[in-house]
Amino acid sequence: MKSYITAIFAINALVMAKRIEDLKVIENKRLNNDFFILELLGNTKIPDFKPGQFAQVRVDDSAGTFLRRPISIHDVDYENNTFKLLIQIAGKGTKTLSKLVTGDILNLVYPLGNSFSLPGEKEKVLLAGGGCGIAPLLFLAKYLKSHGNTPDILLGFRNKERIIEFEEYIKTGSVFVTTEDGSMGEKGYLTSHSILSSQKYKRIYCCGPESMMKSISKYCQSRNILCEVSLENLMACGIGACLCCVVDTVKGNLCTCIDGPVFNINDLKW
Amino acid sequence: MNLGFSIGDLYFKNPVLTASGTFGNGSEYDDFFDVSRLGGIVLKGTTLEPREGNHYPRMAETPSGMLNSVGLQNKGIDYFEKTIYQHILKYDTNAIVNINGSTIEDYIALAERINKLEKIHAIELNISCPNVKMGGMAFGTNLSSAREVTREVRSVYSKKLIVKLSPNVTNIVDFARVIEEEGADSVSLINTLLGMAVDVVNMEPSLSTITGGLSGPAVKPVALRMVWQVANAVKIPVIGIGGISSASDALEFLLAGASAIQVGTASFIDPQASVKVLEGIESYLLKKGFSDIKEIVGYINRTH
Repeated sequence: MKSYITAIFAINALVMAKRIEDLKVIENKRLNNDFFILELLGNTKIPDFKPGQFAQVRVDDSAGTFLRRPISIHDVDYENNTFKLLIQIAGKGTKTLSKLVTGDILNLVYPLGNSFSLPGEKEKVLLAGGGCGIAPLLFLAKYLKSHGNTPDILLGFRNKERIIEFEEYIKTGSVFVTTEDGSMGEKGYLTSHSILSSQKYKRIYCCGPESMMKSISKYCQSRNILCEVSLENLMACGIGACLCCVVDTVKGNLCTCIDGPVFNINDLKW
Repeated sequence: MNLGFSIGDLYFKNPVLTASGTFGNGSEYDDFFDVSRLGGIVLKGTTLEPREGNHYPRMAETPSGMLNSVGLQNKGIDYFEKTIYQHILKYDTNAIVNINGSTIEDYIALAERINKLEKIHAIELNISCPNVKMGGMAFGTNLSSAREVTREVRSVYSKKLIVKLSPNVTNIVDFARVIEEEGADSVSLINTLLGMAVDVVNMEPSLSTITGGLSGPAVKPVALRMVWQVANAVKIPVIGIGGISSASDALEFLLAGASAIQVGTASFIDPQASVKVLEGIESYLLKKGFSDIKEIVGYINRTH
């Protein structure tokens, strides 16, 4: 019996362990000028990802893109042993990644970071994502759905041209959209969408530009809503060794890579 | 095949160590390889009191390298003794503590405490951190300060004393000679080069501290030159550090006179970098027909 228990623990440890692997690109799907989705095939069984986790992606060996790029796990398909990364072209590294084609090999260190907490089945939950910040929310929405919770999902974009496909989100909950110019959904910032005044949420998960997350944090604090945000600080190692990606918290400087990227807003000194 | 080297009577099973501040306390790398395979691990810089380090942003990517200004964030020596020390006991390799102080008294107090830890066989005296306002590099860029801090620590520390030098000096050889004269058992070099980056989009410095320490492949030629100079000037073993990412990089340092090397920033990009360097050195020796690593240490200095 004892050895049986040990074996189960060993398997769990194996599943949870961080790994470094070369993965094959199944598809590079261009969404618009700024965004693309890389679908990667596991060469062994892909790990049991937790929503909110990320991968450190090796770009290439060129001088200008020396460090890995931290990218959220966007979607996971255990049946086909694949997962997706939603990436915004923000600089040299992501520009290089945008040129990958089917069959190319990408080196990843993953899965990294903590995860969003799980709400109760009946708890009224909102997922709020702005721009590339919607990346970790799809996997979170699917995870919630599979655990019996159907969330509301609020997505904010600059304009219609920069909208990221959200058909997949609709399968998991009610989707609300804002654009800054009103070209789709409600006009204005995500933080002024009408559902924030018409609905009473117990819990809000948020990822996006810092100003947006701060604004959502204020909204939650004033209404006593539990709120978790996913940060995207600059990183070097991604595994808690370099201490570069710190965030100032009530517990002192914590690493975004291992203590986050998901933080309860009450812990942040915003 | 003998890959071992010694600092006095302290034996290292191979010449591949990890650089302080790039390898955490070892456990960060447990998922990626058996850390005990390395010749040694140099732990994150430790101070007497806990330090929060500098404000974010503390890192900027630069061509073939990176700048950091972490500023010696660590939980202090009490935490080290209670927690980190207990953890590293599981490794079957030499664990070296990198120590830092704002004053000579800090260094002495730290050395006295670490002297009592049975499984720590050496300290790396860091007189070269560029990212702290007090102490750090100030000791390593002034000859009389370097002499004094080495002498004082030597007088209280009975095990192996390695001094880590700053490259931000006019003549690094002078510093190596001084710390050798004061009884250091080994010298490690280089710490990071003082550098800077500006964010032109936001029109502000990239680091909260404006300047920071440059590391990575960009510094390798400078580090190699300094290691070669020092190896030809002192008798104590030299540990080469600076931009080593591959076995070939490590071999350059060994051939130039380093008895051992430390893998630093490369561990951020490839967590298995250090053990890959070790494997590469071994296969190089096999291919070249050497049976002992000592045969190649300083090889270029013997043939010219």
